[in-house]
Amino acid sequence: MTAHTITIDGQQVPFIEGQTIIEAATAAGVYIPHLCHNPEFTPHGSCKLCTVKVNGRNCSACTFPAVDGQEVLNDTEELNETRRAITQMLFVEGNHFCPSCEKSGNCQLQAVGYFLNMLDAHFPFFYPSREVDASHPEVMLDRDRCILCELCVRASRDVDGKNVFALSGRGIHTHLIVNSTSGKLADTEISVDDKAVHVCPVGAILVKRTGFEVPIGQRIYDHQDISEVSLAMEESVAGESHGG
Amino acid sequence: MADKIKVATTSLAGCFGCHMSFLDIDERILDLAQIAEFDRSPLTDIKQCSDHVDIGLVEGGLCNSENVHTLREFRKSCKILVAVGACAINGGLPAMRNHIPLEECLEESYLDAVGVENPQIPNDVELPLLLNKVHPIHEVVKVDYFLPGCPPSADVFWKFLTDLASGREPSLPYELVHYD
Amino acid sequence: MYNREHLLEAAGTPMPLTETEQSVLMRIVDRHAADATQLVQILREVQASFRHIPADAMDSLAAALGIERAQVQAVAEFYTFFSTKPRGRYDILISDSITDHMLGSREIAAYLSERLGIQPGETRSDGQVSFDYTSCTGMCEQGPAGLVNGLTLTQLTRERIDRIVDLVNAGTPVTQWPREFFAVKDNIRRADLILKTELKPGSALKWSNTRGADSTLAEIEKSGLRGRGGAGFSTGMKWKFCRQAKSGPADAPAERYVVCNADEGEPGTFKDRVLLQSYADQVFEGMTLCGRVIGARQGYLYLRGEYLYLGDHLDRVLQERRRNHLLGSNILGEPGFDFDIEVRIGAGAYICGEESALIESLEGKRGVPRNRPPYPVTHGYRNKPTVVNNVETFAAAALIGLKGGAWFADVGTEKSKGTKILSISGDCAKPGIYEYPFGTSIRKILDDCGATNTLGLQIGGPSGIFISDREFDRVLGFEDLPTGGSFMIFDRTRDILEIVRNFTHFFAHESCGFCTPCRVGTSLLRNQLDKLCAGHGAKGDLVELTHISKLVKNTSHCGLGQTAANPILSTLERYPELYEQRLRAKAFEPGFDLDGALEVARRMAGRDDAHAHLEQEAVL
Repeated sequence: MTAHTITIDGQQVPFIEGQTIIEAATAAGVYIPHLCHNPEFTPHGSCKLCTVKVNGRNCSACTFPAVDGQEVLNDTEELNETRRAITQMLFVEGNHFCPSCEKSGNCQLQAVGYFLNMLDAHFPFFYPSREVDASHPEVMLDRDRCILCELCVRASRDVDGKNVFALSGRGIHTHLIVNSTSGKLADTEISVDDKAVHVCPVGAILVKRTGFEVPIGQRIYDHQDISEVSLAMEESVAGESHGG
Repeated sequence: MADKIKVATTSLAGCFGCHMSFLDIDERILDLAQIAEFDRSPLTDIKQCSDHVDIGLVEGGLCNSENVHTLREFRKSCKILVAVGACAINGGLPAMRNHIPLEECLEESYLDAVGVENPQIPNDVELPLLLNKVHPIHEVVKVDYFLPGCPPSADVFWKFLTDLASGREPSLPYELVHYD
Repeated sequence: MYNREHLLEAAGTPMPLTETEQSVLMRIVDRHAADATQLVQILREVQASFRHIPADAMDSLAAALGIERAQVQAVAEFYTFFSTKPRGRYDILISDSITDHMLGSREIAAYLSERLGIQPGETRSDGQVSFDYTSCTGMCEQGPAGLVNGLTLTQLTRERIDRIVDLVNAGTPVTQWPREFFAVKDNIRRADLILKTELKPGSALKWSNTRGADSTLAEIEKSGLRGRGGAGFSTGMKWKFCRQAKSGPADAPAERYVVCNADEGEPGTFKDRVLLQSYADQVFEGMTLCGRVIGARQGYLYLRGEYLYLGDHLDRVLQERRRNHLLGSNILGEPGFDFDIEVRIGAGAYICGEESALIESLEGKRGVPRNRPPYPVTHGYRNKPTVVNNVETFAAAALIGLKGGAWFADVGTEKSKGTKILSISGDCAKPGIYEYPFGTSIRKILDDCGATNTLGLQIGGPSGIFISDREFDRVLGFEDLPTGGSFMIFDRTRDILEIVRNFTHFFAHESCGFCTPCRVGTSLLRNQLDKLCAGHGAKGDLVELTHISKLVKNTSHCGLGQTAANPILSTLERYPELYEQRLRAKAFEPGFDLDGALEVARRMAGRDDAHAHLEQEAVL
């Protein structure tokens, strides 16, 4: 078997045939910012935070296959600037009021913002009206915080086998729907142990009565940045992956 | 001795929490007093900005016409305008009313709520009118710097002001960047 | 952003379907063999029968088709021709393309709105009629155009609006409306290889049967034909890749598909409409030839919803071809040459012109572009190898199959063989269809169509580029100006910023919403241009406009986002002074109307004193 390698910011990174750029990077301990990507699920490519330059062209690292000899740029001022702007877009599109959100300190959107030294949202806010679904006794859905990454859609479909969630609408009106006649979570088979309930990178899907359990100072991103946390969690998964 | 840096502060649609956090610099305020003097601010009770303020720290977003006037006064008077805290940066807690039409907010508060006597919408000309939505300040004036946090910690204020005072481009390290 | 009223209504219990309604629904499902890939077709019929997609119907459809209810809802809420609230018995849409604007569509629409007593987006309280705007309907040279219950209306005038309003109020069925309201002309002004060479139905297939599939493919390759949708991928290569792609386990019968992309949604493009109207046999012959070359047994023609009126005509041509053994089993007596074609109709989504979004739509889903690789040639419809080609590409391929590759390659330039059919509209004396050899100069084309006092033109539609009067010596072709064929001409009386604003609104409306930069960025661009055009732009806004444009262009998932900022970027480059003239002298200006933002509070407090107002003053 020949050894395959790409370079990321000049560093040699080995990969296995069929791996995506982000899979190869993660296995080698190189962090590429991402939100909709989770190594446990089919690559998605919608948030565009993992945009890297491959041989001079912008690509999503989470969906683009690694090919021998690729020169990938990742941690550059230009790319991080782009990622900051994309993160800012996600902030103005929804209603992300961190101070009143139970996920604060454990939220990946927020953590990516911290990582990229995002100090403001820059763009004008959309302040959309979005529905909160508190119908279920144990799980709640606050669409204000949804970033449309479809991780819950994928988890519910591929792991839980329940298809509780889907994206609907179009363009800026795209929104998360619940698969029941009433459109309410209470009328689905979702349960608190479902993967879909725990995969949300932001505070859109939460288990009720567990908010603010961890004091400030002990939350995930209080002292560790998302590159460290993400690599620690995802390196093992990436190591196992044999490519998609 | 060179002139001291003139600093003005105000709270628009905010809770003064950012001001309280600023005061948490504790004894460092003595060092600050060596290099800075306060202009318009709740700390001095000065009501008007003087003509040439170096740094304006604005807490809170814009929920009414008075907020807009105050913000404009700050923008005109201050060389450097700083949005301080979540409310100034994204509207914060007050902006959570934004998905409710203003009519409903006013009706619920002054006309329909349980226990309201003599229901009427306040209409004294002294009262500032509410804007349809709460806005962050960068949507109405140009803002030079942003200090996120609810509130930004005392160290954020300290780092930012000492950076500026010593002529460095202000920057916040990872530990000081928080949105909550 | 869904609004509060909608949420409150959604919270109410929907009316359950009556028994009759339920049986109407099930007849629709049966007509489509309860095939879930036909969800868009099924919903089209539900919308036509019920004037909306009732919430209860979503449950019934999901059960009958064996899919999730969420899929039905998601598809119903994706395509603009579907509505979850009842629309009027007469559903009137006015085409909002810039070329319609130039022919007076906005005035016509305002008049219609006044006569009907409803605003755009509303349904009259008696449920009789609704009216709204829609993206370009492809009648650019015979507008102002529109649709009534999906059928094309052309050359709208105030007099015609008067008659339409009378017909609506009298409840006259659309089938009894005067035929001339629906007349669609071909307006072919210049014919060359494709439009002039006669092809007897079946002649290319017969020749192909004689010399075999290999030789047919070799001719296509030799012709140098490149995709006519605009991207220009080699057709021969595409067919070859698809033919070579594994379609499944070696012992299973090969499953491959031919798809004709007739989702001609690029504003200003209408040549496919003319090909389908008057050269349908040629297009189908090309598809069948492709089926023979790649070993496919089934083809689909995905027709944009706006061209519903062509549906019956195309079905008749297909019937005729089946009768003549040009479709079906053992075509023209060739054993094992089995191929058939089905027309599938879209429902108002420009994004479905992107080939992988089109395939998603064919499979009964929202039209969201897939990640690539893999490409459709290996993983297309039902994840099987699929050739997706433009209407014009198939029309050309049919003739190449008959006349040979050299015949085609003789015409054109080194890298751009053959001819290109252009849809010309806007400010010229003779708008219509023009076919030119590649290498023809813009100046020649403008002369031929009688364009005078020309300021510039938009080539390739909003996703193409704007070229100025300093560039008329540029030539058609992949070397210089590649194009899907849209040519919108603007003379010096036109306001470039208004044109750009129209295009930018179009992209914000048509973005599928999958990726962040396009979903959010196209709306930010729209708002930013609106601010500029309303006279509230400051210097910083131009910097911001450029910043967002580049972001959307460089990081979007598919061609829609990657080209959505082209109108802004290409005009900013050529006419920076036009943008600067619109700017206020100040460095910063609020993006919303401050005094307007006090309107509600003023009204409720009953105040109008000096303190109750704010000036839109810009500071600094």
